[in-house]
Amino acid sequence: MMETEVDRELLEKIADMLGKPVGAFNIRKDCGCDGRQSTEHIKIDNRTDGKSGIDIRILDGTVGETCHIPVIITKPGVQETVYNDFYIGENCNVEIVAGCGIHNCGEQDSRHDGVHTFRIGKNSHVHYSEKHYGEGDGKGGKIMNPQTIVYLEEGASIQMDTVQIRGVDSTKRYTKIVCGKGAEAVVTERLLTHGEQVAESDMVIELNGEDAKGRVISRSVAQDTSSQVFRPCVVGNAKCFGHVQCDSIIMGSAKISSVPEIAANDTEAQLIHEAAIGKIAGEQLLKLETLGLTEEEAEDCILKGFLA
Amino acid sequence: MLELKHVCYAVQEGDAQLGILNDISLTISDHKLVVFTGPNGGGKTTLAKIVMGLVQPTSGQILWNGQDITGLSITERARLGISYGFQQPPRFKGLTVRRLLTIASGNDKLSKDQCCQYLTKVGLCANDYLDREVDASLSGGEVKRIEIATILARNSQLMIFDEPEAGIDLWSFARLTETFEQIHAAGSATMIIISHQERIISLADEVIVVGDGAIRHRGSAQEILPQILSDTLGGCPVLSKGGAAQ
Repeated sequence: MMETEVDRELLEKIADMLGKPVGAFNIRKDCGCDGRQSTEHIKIDNRTDGKSGIDIRILDGTVGETCHIPVIITKPGVQETVYNDFYIGENCNVEIVAGCGIHNCGEQDSRHDGVHTFRIGKNSHVHYSEKHYGEGDGKGGKIMNPQTIVYLEEGASIQMDTVQIRGVDSTKRYTKIVCGKGAEAVVTERLLTHGEQVAESDMVIELNGEDAKGRVISRSVAQDTSSQVFRPCVVGNAKCFGHVQCDSIIMGSAKISSVPEIAANDTEAQLIHEAAIGKIAGEQLLKLETLGLTEEEAEDCILKGFLA
Repeated sequence: MLELKHVCYAVQEGDAQLGILNDISLTISDHKLVVFTGPNGGGKTTLAKIVMGLVQPTSGQILWNGQDITGLSITERARLGISYGFQQPPRFKGLTVRRLLTIASGNDKLSKDQCCQYLTKVGLCANDYLDREVDASLSGGEVKRIEIATILARNSQLMIFDEPEAGIDLWSFARLTETFEQIHAAGSATMIIISHQERIISLADEVIVVGDGAIRHRGSAQEILPQILSDTLGGCPVLSKGGAAQ
């Protein structure tokens, strides 16, 4: 595993990795494998169907272990679609850290489309986090189109945290989570776009089993002339509870479209949605200025808190 | 020392100029507790905001410790030791009570114990509040008390409180007046408190009655309180006739 300064910086930004991670990991760099480690309970192997990507199998009863699978692209013009499948046994409690960092100093676009499919066994809990980050002063675009498909068996749960703060020129995200009996999905999405960036996020949470729960908390900031579109949808097909909350701060000449949807196909489904778009309130800036911050510092403080 | 010299503030209403503050001059000595009181819409809050820089006067001068601060920004005035507790403080999604107190104190390493001291003085328990966001999940009274705690954390030379009692329950109000008394007794700050509360007015070294954009009366609490009470009763036709309300 040869690491350059760029590699180190990208890995730290997207996966908080400083040096070799503890536990299982697979580092993908410029379409190749730059390091891999399986553990006794977490096995990582190449796919066998000819597609690019890996299979991750986590044995029943695996508790307190982590699996890092970051992707970094350091060359311009790299375009790839990668399929990673997670098979998580029963009664597990694990943390999976994914993420993609693109450093593009060239003229050609770099694009990573990561398709992640999770099959989470009975009573297992997964904390899945995914950070996206782009850098480099070339004209080539930094493009990421992640797809995450999750199947939760009875009593299983996932906490999915996605973060994209600056640097990604174009993103189209698709998330689908199917909840069985007593399963729970909590998705938090944090997004900041600037310049001419565009971001779209489509999400569907199907609450199919009795007492399934789904919660979406989306917070975004659009600056300059960037644009964002959110379409989170929660479908209640049983006695269940679903809540969608989208909050956005709009700045400059940005555009935001927020279209939360709830759909009930069962009289016992309890679904709520809330959506708000607004600029930073003048009183908020004034209050922080009375505490000694400049207007710029106050704005930065409000945005950091909002996206924390 | 705070000095206001011939301060006027007017707004444009159609073709006419509407005077909100008309030629106000006053001096407040160091470590004094001064209460601004008077009828709603009389100009108390505008006067206090002019000191903080939240409102720019149409004419006149503001001097703080001899320095002309009329043209300074809010941030510059804050850094010179002036703080302001809003009557209706804003809420912040994502900003925790601890973060707000840390910003207010200007000390990035503000300890939990220090936060606890500020919150206790406004009747809040740090364990329950430090990690909570200052958002819509807090009641109006809670946000108001956190607002006052930020002013205490700022520990500035001039503290301005705009109706600190508004929205606060009786028990917390008693704790709050004790805190004002302590600051005053310690002689660590000059305080301007906008209030209608007899209990707060009675703490004042000087009471300034602001009405119709001008200073109507000024004097000690003992002198001013009876006047306020008689003005209040005189303003009610039912009470002045001595009859019961129908």
